[in-house]
Amino acid sequence: MSAPLLETKGLKKYFDTSLGPLHAVDDVSLAINAGETLGVVGESGCGKSTLGRLILRLLEPTAGEVVFDGQNILSYDRRKMKEMRKQMQIIFQDPFSSLNPRMTVSEIIAEPIKVTSALPTQDAILERVFELMGIVGLAERFVNTYPHELDGGRRQRIGVARALALNPRFIVCDEPVSALDVSIQAQILNLMMDLQEEMGLTYMFITHDLSVVKHISNNIAVMYLGQCVELAKTDELFENPVHPYTQGLLGAIPVPSLSARKHFNIMKGEVTSPINPHPGCRFAQRCPEATPRCAEPGLELKEISPGHFVSCYSHI
Amino acid sequence: MSENLLEIKNLHVTYKTDDDEIFALNGVDLKVRKGETLGLVGETGAGKTTMALSIMRLLPDRVGLVTQGEIFLEDVNLMKVTEADMRLLRGQDVSMIFQDPMTSLNPIHTVGHQIAEVLFLHYPNAATDEIERKVDDMMAMVGIPAERKAEYPHQFSGGMKQRIVIAIALACNPKLLLADEPTTALDVTIQAQVLKMMNELKDSFNASMILITHDLGVVAQICDSVAIMYAGEIIEVGAAVDIFESESHHPYTIGLFGAIPDMTKKTRRLNPIDGLMPDPTSLPPGCRFAERCPRCREVCSSERPGMTPMSATHGIKCHLFKSDEQRRAAQ
Repeated sequence: MSAPLLETKGLKKYFDTSLGPLHAVDDVSLAINAGETLGVVGESGCGKSTLGRLILRLLEPTAGEVVFDGQNILSYDRRKMKEMRKQMQIIFQDPFSSLNPRMTVSEIIAEPIKVTSALPTQDAILERVFELMGIVGLAERFVNTYPHELDGGRRQRIGVARALALNPRFIVCDEPVSALDVSIQAQILNLMMDLQEEMGLTYMFITHDLSVVKHISNNIAVMYLGQCVELAKTDELFENPVHPYTQGLLGAIPVPSLSARKHFNIMKGEVTSPINPHPGCRFAQRCPEATPRCAEPGLELKEISPGHFVSCYSHI
Repeated sequence: MSENLLEIKNLHVTYKTDDDEIFALNGVDLKVRKGETLGLVGETGAGKTTMALSIMRLLPDRVGLVTQGEIFLEDVNLMKVTEADMRLLRGQDVSMIFQDPMTSLNPIHTVGHQIAEVLFLHYPNAATDEIERKVDDMMAMVGIPAERKAEYPHQFSGGMKQRIVIAIALACNPKLLLADEPTTALDVTIQAQVLKMMNELKDSFNASMILITHDLGVVAQICDSVAIMYAGEIIEVGAAVDIFESESHHPYTIGLFGAIPDMTKKTRRLNPIDGLMPDPTSLPPGCRFAERCPRCREVCSSERPGMTPMSATHGIKCHLFKSDEQRRAAQ
C-alpha cells in the first residue's frame, strides 16, 4: 500500500450554540491513498460536509491535524495555504446555488486561475477554459452563457471544470450528484471516474446515497453524529457490515427489484441531537443490540479484520 | 367502471406564458383500481406533478389549462365539477401530500390546528371536542404523541413534519391519496419508516394511492403497478411484475434502470441515457424519445407510436412493439 495522500488525525469541530457545544465532527481519523476514492456516507447532520470543509480549511478545526502529502496543513499561514489550495479543490452539492448567477461560464471556470495568477495572459486563460470545457464535455458554444440558461447536469459540469482548473491532486466531492436526475447523475459519475483514471485524482466523495458510494469508492467511512463508526473496503463493507448502524442503513435502501421487497428493514427512531451528546456510543438509543455497556465512555474505532475498523462494544 | 377508482382519458395540459406554450401533458390515459398503489415514475419535467395537480384541479389559474380529456373519480367527471363542489372533494375524496414537508406546513400555526383545519372544513357541524379527539387519533396513527399537537412545525424534524402532512391528508378518509415525492427530502432510514407507515395507513383506510417518485427502488418496495412517464406521456405501464421482471420494455425504461448503480453487481461504468428530454415548447412530431433512443428507426421520428398491449396489465408505447392489428392498420 502506498503512503496516504491525505490523512486526518483526531479531527474535531465543535460549534458554539446557545444550548452548548455542537459536536459536528468529533475525533475523526481517516486516510486516503493517492488515486483512490474514499466514500463518506451518513444521514443529514452527521457531519460529513463539515468534515469535507475542515479538510480544505474552509472551516477551522477545533482540534486535530490534517496531513496532506506528509505536511500538517493546519500550521500553514494564509499565503502558504493559498498555494496549497491549488492542490485541493471542492465540488459542491447544489449546481444551482454554487455558481454565481452574474458570471458567465468562462468567468466561473477562469476564476480560480485568475485568483492564483496561475496563467500570465488573457489568451492563455481562455485557451485553458476551452480545454477544461472539452475535458468535462461542455460544448464551446456555452462559453458566454450564464448558469441559469443551463440544466442541472451542465451546471454540475461547470462545477467540475472549475475544480479541475488548477490541476489539483485531491478533490472533495460534496454530494455532487444528489441534486440531479438519475440519467444525468450517471453521466456525471462516469465523467468523474474517467477523470480520476486519466489524471490520477484522489477523491473524497461525500454522499448519503449508498448505491452511488458503492459504485465509485475504494473505501467507505460510515459516519453517525460526528463520528466515524465503521471504515472498510467497499466490498467488505457491503458484504460484511458489522456496526448495527451500517446494517440498518444498508437495509433501508430501496432496491429496484421485487425480490428485495421482504428484506426491507426498518430502523427505529431518529438521529439524536449533536449538542452535548452523552458519552458512550451515540447510536445506542436506536440500536437493536444495545447493552448497558454502550453508555460507558471510551469507545474507539478498533480493527476487527485487516482494513476493517468498527466502533462498537459488541465487536471488541 | 366499478373496479376503477380513477380513470384519466386522453388528458392534455398546457401552460401558457407570455412567450410560450408549454405542452406538459400530451394524451395521458391511466386507470387506478380501488385499493391499489400506483407508482408514477419519471425524471424532472416529465409531467408527474402536473398530472397530480390536474386531478386536484390545482393547476395555476389562467396559466395551466386542461385543453382536452377527462378525469373520472368513480362516476364523477372532475373536469365538470364546480369549484365549490371541488373544494368539498379535496381532502374528502382526493388529497395530496406534497414533496417538501418543510414548506407545505404553515409555520405560524400549531400542527394540531393544521390537522383540525381540514376537519372543520369538512365537518362544519362537528363539536370541537370531537374534532380534538380526531386530531389526537390522527397524530397517534402517524406515530407522534398527541401531547405535541400544541407545537409548531419548526419544533419537529423533517420525518415528523412529513408524518404531520400525512395525518392532514388522511384526516377525512380520502379514497385517493396523491403523494408527490413524499420521501425525497428525507434520509434513507426515515424514508423507510415513512413509506412503510404510508402503505399501512393506506391499507387500513382502504384507499388507493398514486405515488409520484423518480426512485425506482421506492416503487419496487411498495407499488402494485407502475406507470413510466416521459415528456408528458405515459410510455410504459404495467403491474410491478411486468416492469421489474418482464423481458420487453420501452427503451427509456431500460435506460432508467441502466442509469441506477446496481448494488448487487460490480460495474465500472454506468449506462446513462445520452442527451436531454425534448423542449416541451416544441415537441418532436414522432416519438418523443426518438432523439435519445439507441434503437431509433426511421418511422420513430415521423409517426407517434400508440400504446401496444403486451399482456392484460402491461402496455408499451413504442414502434418496436407494434401489435399485429396495429401493423395491419398501418399497411
